[in-house]
Amino acid sequence: MSTYDRSMALTGQPPKILSRNQKIATLIGMSGLAILLLAAFNVSFPNKGMWLTISLMAISAGTVWFSWDAYSQKLPGIKNDGVWFKSISSKGFWGWIAGIALTSFYIILYFYPEYLGLVKDGSNKGVIGLFDPLSRLLSGNPASQWFVYGTLYTVAIFAFGIKFLWKYRHNRYERIRTMSVMFFQTAFAFIIPELMARLNGDKILNGGSLPYYDLKNVWPLNYYNFEGYRIKAFLSSGDIGFALLIFGILSVFVITPILTYKFGKRWYCSWVCGCGGLAETAGDAFRQLSDKSVSAWKVERWVVHSVVVFVTLMTTAVIYSYLGTDTSKYWLTKSTFLISVAVLLTVVFAWVMIFKREQFQKDAIYGAIGYFVIIMALIGFHFFSGDGNVFLFKSETLRKSYSFLIGSIFSGVIGTGFYPIFGNRVWCRFGCPMAAMMGFQQRLFSRFRITTNGGQCISCGNCSTYCEMGIDVRAYAQKGENIVRSSCVGCGICSAVCPRGVLKLENGPLEGRIDSNQVLLGNDVDLMTLVNKK
Amino acid sequence: MENIVIIGNGIAGISAARHIRKLSDKRIIVISGETDYFFSRTALMYVYMGHMKFDHIQPYENWFWEKNRIELVRGYVTKVNPEIKQLVIDESRALHYDKLIIATGSKPNKFGWPGQDLHGVQGLYSKQDLDLLEVNAPNKDVCKRAVIVGGGLIGIELAEMLRSRDIPVTFLVRENSFWNGVLPNGESQMINEHILEHHIDLRLATNLKEIVADENGKVKSVIVAETGEEIQCDIVGLTAGVTPNIDFLKGSGIDLGRGVKVNRFLETNVKDVYAIGDCAEQHEPIGNRRPIEAVWYTGRMMGETVAQTICGNRLEYKPGHWFNSAKFLDIEYQTYGWVFSERGMKDYEAHFHWRHPSEKICITIAFNKETNEFLGINTFGIRMRHQVFDKWLSKNQTVDHVIEHLADANFDPEFYKAHEVAIVSKFNTDFGKSIKSRKKSLKRIFAMG
Repeated sequence: MSTYDRSMALTGQPPKILSRNQKIATLIGMSGLAILLLAAFNVSFPNKGMWLTISLMAISAGTVWFSWDAYSQKLPGIKNDGVWFKSISSKGFWGWIAGIALTSFYIILYFYPEYLGLVKDGSNKGVIGLFDPLSRLLSGNPASQWFVYGTLYTVAIFAFGIKFLWKYRHNRYERIRTMSVMFFQTAFAFIIPELMARLNGDKILNGGSLPYYDLKNVWPLNYYNFEGYRIKAFLSSGDIGFALLIFGILSVFVITPILTYKFGKRWYCSWVCGCGGLAETAGDAFRQLSDKSVSAWKVERWVVHSVVVFVTLMTTAVIYSYLGTDTSKYWLTKSTFLISVAVLLTVVFAWVMIFKREQFQKDAIYGAIGYFVIIMALIGFHFFSGDGNVFLFKSETLRKSYSFLIGSIFSGVIGTGFYPIFGNRVWCRFGCPMAAMMGFQQRLFSRFRITTNGGQCISCGNCSTYCEMGIDVRAYAQKGENIVRSSCVGCGICSAVCPRGVLKLENGPLEGRIDSNQVLLGNDVDLMTLVNKK
Repeated sequence: MENIVIIGNGIAGISAARHIRKLSDKRIIVISGETDYFFSRTALMYVYMGHMKFDHIQPYENWFWEKNRIELVRGYVTKVNPEIKQLVIDESRALHYDKLIIATGSKPNKFGWPGQDLHGVQGLYSKQDLDLLEVNAPNKDVCKRAVIVGGGLIGIELAEMLRSRDIPVTFLVRENSFWNGVLPNGESQMINEHILEHHIDLRLATNLKEIVADENGKVKSVIVAETGEEIQCDIVGLTAGVTPNIDFLKGSGIDLGRGVKVNRFLETNVKDVYAIGDCAEQHEPIGNRRPIEAVWYTGRMMGETVAQTICGNRLEYKPGHWFNSAKFLDIEYQTYGWVFSERGMKDYEAHFHWRHPSEKICITIAFNKETNEFLGINTFGIRMRHQVFDKWLSKNQTVDHVIEHLADANFDPEFYKAHEVAIVSKFNTDFGKSIKSRKKSLKRIFAMG
């Protein structure tokens, strides 16, 4: 063991030591959590509204004060001193404790909400009961485990968002992006849906009830958006409901492709998305833990694209299951729907294989062909064999397994619970079908790229280390190549931490976006022409 | 099969190895006494500061070398015998070569100060130096004060490293302003201020007289030449430049000056022996460059060039337009073309300097006062596009053109405040011109590729 490893065992020295103020701030934050914990163990608080306010205030104030003490006295600049010395951010003891605590929380949240105090018929107890006053204030209804989760989620994005704003106060891209995720979380994910719930039963909705709808959540991230009960709810809610349904469809097929073309998938993943919002704020301290190895990249490609196939099949099956067969009742029937899905997939597949084939690795081509054949075979199988089980399984089975495996286990328990172990973008990188679809477009058809600044790279590795998506940014930068990767969420941290000003996120013409010339590695043109010959 | 042996696994040696592999099937052996695998020397500081672990500063995964059939040998070459094309590793193992590339880099300068070899006195160049720093300065209790001698790039990096652990630093700089042998005054002044902002005890125009030992032969203090002041300290960092690391070649018959003497083809006086990177010394300087260039980028270029030569395409080392970069604590620095300090300024050279009124941002543009030709730019706190300046330098653009199109060259992240208007207006005032800043044009920028 070399000496620098040994010194990490020393405790209580800068840069990893906590100041006195930070210790008090931690205590305040923890006391806020303690109130929630006590409530979870059914300690009955007399004035719930007051205790909830105290708890949330303490959590926020603790985080904000801690950050203020960490950054306010320092000059603007990169603040990564001691990241790999602190046990919380380097998979040390506290990292594992935090990981286990978060994972347990998610397991209880998804599968045992009764331990949080959820009561089906009757008034809530425990920690959910503590949140009742706030829920009633917003939507008029009692709280659910999802309301508790949503509130804590928003508080986390807000408090850690403030931390991030201070940490990167010299970087306007980071500041504006962070304000954006804070806004979308607070307004779109938290407040608007609760207020929308107040309209339910109102005559403006023709007496119908809207489903809970976070408007910025797009299918397939929002995999349940087109399920039968939601479609019914949309259609029963007058013009507003219908408009929301149309918006849901447009956001998949029109808004997302246009914005991804213009700005890359970052417009969503690191500016709007709630999962991204939490990863960028509360998860920022863990971004360096993502695995950069080539093998991890391989796993990522297979897993995330499999999820896309899964969600496509599942959604097709679910929509299929509630459609009718009679064209006179409704124009969209089971058969027309299946044919349209097949046609759409074929068009995309053909376009990619004809025009973009040369940009794929061999395994990507095999994978694409394989999955395409499977989907088409399943659709065809159904089509020629009459009714029965769609895609070999009941649509309900597909839906339930997707929701369990992907919706709960992957995005929640693993995706967020394992922040301190695998980094803050595990879900976004390995699991999110929305990210994969936008990434597919970003790689093939978008103006976005990270430009490498000529020959200025010194291969230091800060960019790769702090890439939360596990992209080996340096591998491209040191060759003078631009970075065009489907997984890049455009957080901009590689550019921020680069000590030589080598990387710039930008949108520009498609031509020459990927195969940048290497002339500027510095030598004269003769040599570089030789080097560029592949 | 031809046997290519490369001594040194730094950026020069590894670039050569990679490119030889790209171009040929020759057997490649890389020898290093420093580490098993190639790492980024410039990133050593980030390991001490906790930004990265040592693994992170290795640009290739460990399987890369075997996959690409680059054989790695750990050991110090102690002797080279070109007559029988043989070298000796660690005074025991002998190795035959058909072609030899010397890429052994540098070692820190020592100028014969009394006490320069005491315990607690060290440079910062190698992985071993980093390990030693962990022993000498693990924290502020063991190391109550550090003294750094020599105001260059490594000195300021070492200061930043020690400050990250809250160790008080006294920084002895021979010049009367930081790095003003290289930087023009305005820039050097700004860096002086920034060093003080970081609570570093900067002593300008101050020389080291001697390093004093305690009873165990460990450093106890240093004595300043000018005042005789004694500064108590637990570590002395010697960062007064570097020198080629070529002692093992003495008596081998290979022509040595300060470095290994090479011609423009990077060939030494001995057939089939080449030298690249920090340790190579050109017979004649190339343009405004120094005969020995201890810079990351030139090491890389020489490695690529020598690979061509070795693979049958004898190629001259022709570095393009000069560029470089560094970071002074929080301030990024880039340079394209030539901007000399007042000390080294050419008689035809004129400067335009602009500094932000409140932030630590400035630029200096050098141009030819007779022909108005743009010669180079230094930027601090603003990132600039390499490609654009390279084009401007190749086309011998005028300084007016550069000033007018400065926005095209900006490489700051999106949404950063632009300074072009302020810069152009200062230029107009200084030189009685009426140039208008042109808006950034993606068309112009990307058409340059």
